[in-house]
Amino acid sequence: MFARGLKRKCVGHEEDVEGALAGLKTVSSYSLQRQSLLDMSLVKLQLCHMLVEPNLCRSVLIANTVRQIQEEMTQDGTWRAVAPQAAGRAPLDRLVSTEILCRAAWEQEGAHPAPGLGNGHTQGPVSDLCPVTSAQAPRHPQSSVWEMDGPRENRGSFHKSLDQIFETLETKNPSCMEELFSDVDSPYYDLDTVLTGMMAAARPGPCEGLAGLAAATPGPSSSCKSDLGELDHVVEILVET
Amino acid sequence: MIPGIGTLTQDTLWCFSQVKGTIEIGTTEADIISTVEFNHTGELLATGDKGGRVVIFQREQESKNQVHRRGEYNVYSTFQSHEPEFDYLKSLEIEEKINKIRWLPQQNAAYFLLSTNDKTVKLWKVSERDKRPEGYNLKDEEGRLRDPATITTLRVPVLRPMDLMVEATPRRVFANAHTYHINSISVNSDYETYMSADDLRINLWNFEITNQSFNIVDIKPANMEELTEVITAAEFHPHHCNTFVYSSSKGTIRLCDMRASALCDRHTKFFEEPEDPSNRSFFSEIISSISDVKFSHSGRYIMTRDYLTVKVWDLNMENRPIETYQVHDYLRSKLCSLYENDCIFDKFECVWNGSDSVIMTGSYNNFFRMFDRNTKRDVTLEASRENSKPRAILKPRKVCVGGKRRKDEISVDSLDFSKKILHTAWHPSENIIAVAATNNLYIFQDKVN
Repeated sequence: MFARGLKRKCVGHEEDVEGALAGLKTVSSYSLQRQSLLDMSLVKLQLCHMLVEPNLCRSVLIANTVRQIQEEMTQDGTWRAVAPQAAGRAPLDRLVSTEILCRAAWEQEGAHPAPGLGNGHTQGPVSDLCPVTSAQAPRHPQSSVWEMDGPRENRGSFHKSLDQIFETLETKNPSCMEELFSDVDSPYYDLDTVLTGMMAAARPGPCEGLAGLAAATPGPSSSCKSDLGELDHVVEILVET
Repeated sequence: MIPGIGTLTQDTLWCFSQVKGTIEIGTTEADIISTVEFNHTGELLATGDKGGRVVIFQREQESKNQVHRRGEYNVYSTFQSHEPEFDYLKSLEIEEKINKIRWLPQQNAAYFLLSTNDKTVKLWKVSERDKRPEGYNLKDEEGRLRDPATITTLRVPVLRPMDLMVEATPRRVFANAHTYHINSISVNSDYETYMSADDLRINLWNFEITNQSFNIVDIKPANMEELTEVITAAEFHPHHCNTFVYSSSKGTIRLCDMRASALCDRHTKFFEEPEDPSNRSFFSEIISSISDVKFSHSGRYIMTRDYLTVKVWDLNMENRPIETYQVHDYLRSKLCSLYENDCIFDKFECVWNGSDSVIMTGSYNNFFRMFDRNTKRDVTLEASRENSKPRAILKPRKVCVGGKRRKDEISVDSLDFSKKILHTAWHPSENIIAVAATNNLYIFQDKVN
C-alpha cells in the first residue's frame, strides 16, 4: 500500500548509492515505490498492446504517467545512479525504449516504422533487446500468457493476470540492488519482442539494431505468393463476393 | 415545499420504487447496463447493455385508486440495437455494447432515439400499432393470395383494433465515420443535426444523411507519437445550436462555436482549473481526466466529473469551477491500488435534476451521491436488494475514513470495487431517478407525503 500521493521526498544519503551492495538500505522507499509504479505501468502498456481493441484513453494516460516518472527520475539523477552495473548505458537509451512502448499502442494503426528509433544509440540495451526474428512474434500478439478473456473493464481477471505477471518478473528476493534492477529489464525484453514482431510484420526482415529498420525488400517468391493470397482474401471480403 | 422538483433538504426522502433485472449472483456480462436515459417528458426510460440490447420502459398512467404508486415503469419495448462485428482489415472485434442512448424530442406519435456502440450510430423509431387492416380483396385472412378468378365482389378494407404492438425499426444507420471509439452522442437543439465524438474526432451529422458527416473537431496529431490527450465526452448546448463543449483526458473543457470556422480546432473558451501543487502525484493527471460533461438545463453551467470530484463551471468563467464536490475523497490515499486494479480508469457519469439545483453521480459499493447546490447538503445512498421493499425509505450511508467505525458505517477497505454505479439518470421534471448497478436497474422516487 503506497503512501499518500507518492510525493517527492528529500532523499538522504544519496552519496551512499555508489556502494552497490549497501544500496538497498539507502534507496528511499519513495524511489522503490516509484520504480514499482514504473514497472506496473509498463506492464499495463504491454497488456494494452495485447488487447484486441486497446482503450486509447487508458493507454494515453498510462503512457503519460510513464513519461512523468522517467522525467523525474532523469532530473533526480537516480535514473543513472540506480543501475551501477549498467554504467555504459546512457539514460537516453531507456527513454528511447519506453518511447517505443508509448508509441506502439497507436502507431500500429498508422503502420509506419518508428522514425525516432534511428536517433538513438546503436549499442546499449536496444541492440540487446532486438534478437528476435520476425517469425517469433505473432502478427497480432495474443499469446496465452497475456490473453484476457475477461471484460475490458478490468476487474478480477485482470488483477489475477497482473499478479501472474509480477510473479514472473520478480524471480527472487532482491537481496542486492543489482538484482532488484536487473528485473526491470525483463519487461523491456518481453515488450520489445512483441513490438519488434509487430513492426517486423509490417516490414519483413531481421532487426539489426536500430539501423535495420529501413524498409525491407520483398522476400523470395513463396512469401510473395502468400502475401498476395491474403490480399485477395481481403479484397473479396470488401467487395462482398 | 413543492413536491417534485426542489431542494435536497432534510424533507426529501428517497424511497425504493422498482428494480429491474435478475437477482442471480453469476451475472451474464451481456446484461450489464451500459447507459440509462429518460426521454424529454420522462414518460420513457431507456437502457442499453453490453449485449447490444435496448430496453425501453414506459411509465404507467397514474391511477386514482392507487395514489401511493406514482406511475411505475414497465417494459415497453426490447430490441437488439447493435450486433458484434468484426473489422477484417484490422483483425479487431467491434463490441456491440451500447455506449450511449439519446432521445429525440417527440414530434409525432412515434418515439425516436439514437443508440451507439464504438463505431456505429443508429436512429431507431419506436412506434405503436393497435389497429390492423382487415378485409383485403386480393388476400385472404391468413395473407395467402386469392385466385383473382374467384373474386366477385369488392370491399374496402377496414381498420380493426388489435392488441397493442410496439415495434422498433432502425431508420438510419450512420456508419464508417469513426476510426476510434465513440464515447458521446448529442442531439442538437435544432433537432436536425447531432454530433458523435470519439477519442480524437467529433463529427456532425444530419439526421437525414447517413453517408456523409462533417468533421468539426480533430485533435489527432500528425505524428501519433505526440499523442498525449484524448477527447472524453462532448455535448451540444441545450439552446444554442452553434455551441458545444468537449472534455479531455487532461481535465480541460473546450467550448466551441461552429460559426467561427468549419473545423473547430480552436476553441472559443477553455476551461481549466490550475493544479493544486500540494496534491500533486503521479496519479494527478489520471484522476483529473474528465469522464463526463453535462450542460445544465438552463445552459448557463456545465458540470464535469473526474475520478474524485464533480465540478460545476460557469460558462462565463474559465479559470476555475464555481463549485467542487468531493465524491469519495477517501480514495485519494488508495490511488495506487486503484491504478493497479484499473479502477482508476472507471468512467463515472453525472446528472442534473430538472431544476439544476441538485446533481448526482455514482461511486463504488453501489453507492451514489447527491449534492444540493443551494443548501450545500449531500447524501450518500445505496442501490441494493436489501433496501428493496416497496416504498422503503433509503437510509443515508456513510464511509468511515479512519479511527473508530460507527455501527452503520462502512470502512474504506470493505468497499466492493466491483460494484460501481457508472450510469444514472434523473427524470426531467420530477424526483424520480434511475440508477444502474451492474445488471440491475433501480428506480427511486421521493416520498409522497
